[in-house]
Amino acid sequence: MTEIGKFRFIQGNHAIAEGALAAGARFFAGYPITPSSEIAEISSRRLPEVGGVYIQMEDELGSIAAVIGASAAGKKSFTATSGPGFSLMQENLGVAVMAEIPCVIINVQRSGPSTGLATKPAQGDVMQSRWGTHGDHGIIVLSPSSVQDCFDLTVTAFNLAERYRTPVVLLTDEIIGHMRENASLGQPGPGELTERETPDCSPRDYKPFELNKGKIAPLAAYGSEYVFRVSGSAHDEWGFACSSPENADKFIRHYTEKIEKNREDIIMTRQYNLSDAEYTIITFGCSTRSALEAMHSARDRGKRAGVLELITLWPFASDRVKEACRNAKAVIVPEMNLGQVIREVQRAVKRDIPIVGVNKVDSRSITPMEILGKIEEVAKCL
Amino acid sequence: MPVKRYTDYLLKDKLPVFWCGGCGNGNVLGSILRAFAKLELEKRDIVVVTGIGCWGKADDYISTNTFHGTHGRALAFATGVKLANPRLKVVALMGDGDGATIGGNHLIHAARRNVDITAVVVNNFNYGMTGGQYSGTTPENAITSTSRCGHIEEGFDLCKLVEAAGAPFVARGTVYGITQLDKLVEQALNKKGFSFVEVIAPCPTHFGRLNRMKNAPSMLKWIKENSITIKQAQKLTDPEKQGKFVTGKFVDKEREDYSARYKSLQRLAQKSAEGGLGK
Repeated sequence: MTEIGKFRFIQGNHAIAEGALAAGARFFAGYPITPSSEIAEISSRRLPEVGGVYIQMEDELGSIAAVIGASAAGKKSFTATSGPGFSLMQENLGVAVMAEIPCVIINVQRSGPSTGLATKPAQGDVMQSRWGTHGDHGIIVLSPSSVQDCFDLTVTAFNLAERYRTPVVLLTDEIIGHMRENASLGQPGPGELTERETPDCSPRDYKPFELNKGKIAPLAAYGSEYVFRVSGSAHDEWGFACSSPENADKFIRHYTEKIEKNREDIIMTRQYNLSDAEYTIITFGCSTRSALEAMHSARDRGKRAGVLELITLWPFASDRVKEACRNAKAVIVPEMNLGQVIREVQRAVKRDIPIVGVNKVDSRSITPMEILGKIEEVAKCL
Repeated sequence: MPVKRYTDYLLKDKLPVFWCGGCGNGNVLGSILRAFAKLELEKRDIVVVTGIGCWGKADDYISTNTFHGTHGRALAFATGVKLANPRLKVVALMGDGDGATIGGNHLIHAARRNVDITAVVVNNFNYGMTGGQYSGTTPENAITSTSRCGHIEEGFDLCKLVEAAGAPFVARGTVYGITQLDKLVEQALNKKGFSFVEVIAPCPTHFGRLNRMKNAPSMLKWIKENSITIKQAQKLTDPEKQGKFVTGKFVDKEREDYSARYKSLQRLAQKSAEGGLGK
């Protein structure tokens, strides 16, 4: 079915499903929801072909639970959903954090809150993807801006999930999910795939949650010689329930630190014309495409614009944002929400320059003209 | 191979159990561990999945693989475990609030799908851990901490529910009838497909105290005096059966389990992918 390595004209959601397979995912549990359903449909067809399992659960709570269970049994696992389903997954997303079970959650964002505009795009889940589940934790969130990204970043999402024993959210949107363009679906080489590190100690000594100076503990699979315990409740290094304040402090800090201390490995950005930029556009996902077009138009009109695209949304690329805005006269942050990334940008830039948003929540994408208009509006005030 | 004992599966250094005096959970735990021993299961081949609640703490005392997840979702976690590795013996332990109220949807769908999991629901008619509020199985008129004037809802008959959902093995035992319970749990574990055992259990701390059964003996007496066999139940009218616990095996039939069916589907899909069946 897939012409591996060849360019194909396909949809973003299709590229995500193929990316998951290429990454070695062999388990999908999900619940149908627009605009993510193609990922489920394609997975239902493709997974059994490669010996994997697709199951449609009774709801999104069950979907992510099954994904976590399958991952603990040794399979790279994922689910795909959109706003309402992502909301329903938040509690068990916390189980994946606390029990340190690798998994990938695709959120093809749509307009909200609630059922919202069911089939229309938005970028309103940036903060939910960071803080949606209760309690302190770190999380990795990636944002594709092309069909090629959908494939490549899905592979990366699985790699990071395995490397850091963490849930990874691929935060895409309806525009990228349903857009069709050429993409190369080449099977990643062995060096490009991160396989789960399994224990090699004696089974008697295996501590599934060992805190070893920030090193990520290996994870056995159920059914192996390593008999082990997994818990979403506070637990010690063996996985036994433990409610001591010292233990809780150690572990809850660990969930944040294991991500934050590896920021350099996790954070990915793309820079366009930033070396001489007076107007820096910070963007992600579908808005990137308009931002790039606006950048070119601005330069045609003599305004030196540059773009910093955030591929990794969380952990937030504060240093790179600061660097990209070092010489800027103004910063523009287009996003299809009422200002979620812009707050992080403001925290990172720490300079007395205008930082302005281009915000839309009417389900229509942000146009290059709207971003260009904002640059010109700001330029007048400088 | 040496004969296995139930203590092989028990974490003795975690004793005494944290459950209240007179609670039935320890008895049910005993039945399950004895069944593991009788069937000579290897610890590495068992995954015990628990929910949240008093009975959800059972994994604290079990030395097999364990997974302690969220309230109501044990069967969904268990489904993932089982489908990812069908060789595993997967057991889900849930209370009535956990497995049959917040998790009711997963219960009926796991039964309908016939995923090869053994579910043991300890039904003590209330949420013990949070202070004895009413659950989906609390009987009509019962007093709980949130139904002080008597419960106005009717409780689920869980066995009927799971039978209607299609489970190939459905049974009910009680903490009073441990010999029967041992047999039912063992048969359930041996069953290929979704097997369900409901265990009627005492909660003297909350349910008993508010319903004129202040101690363990009075609760056990209540369970004993109201337990009837399926055969006895057949002779009673519906009003006569009110408040009775019908015990025994309601369903024990053959039905191809989910993993077996999925395996056939995989073969079909692989043949199709190779061009054998066309596109």
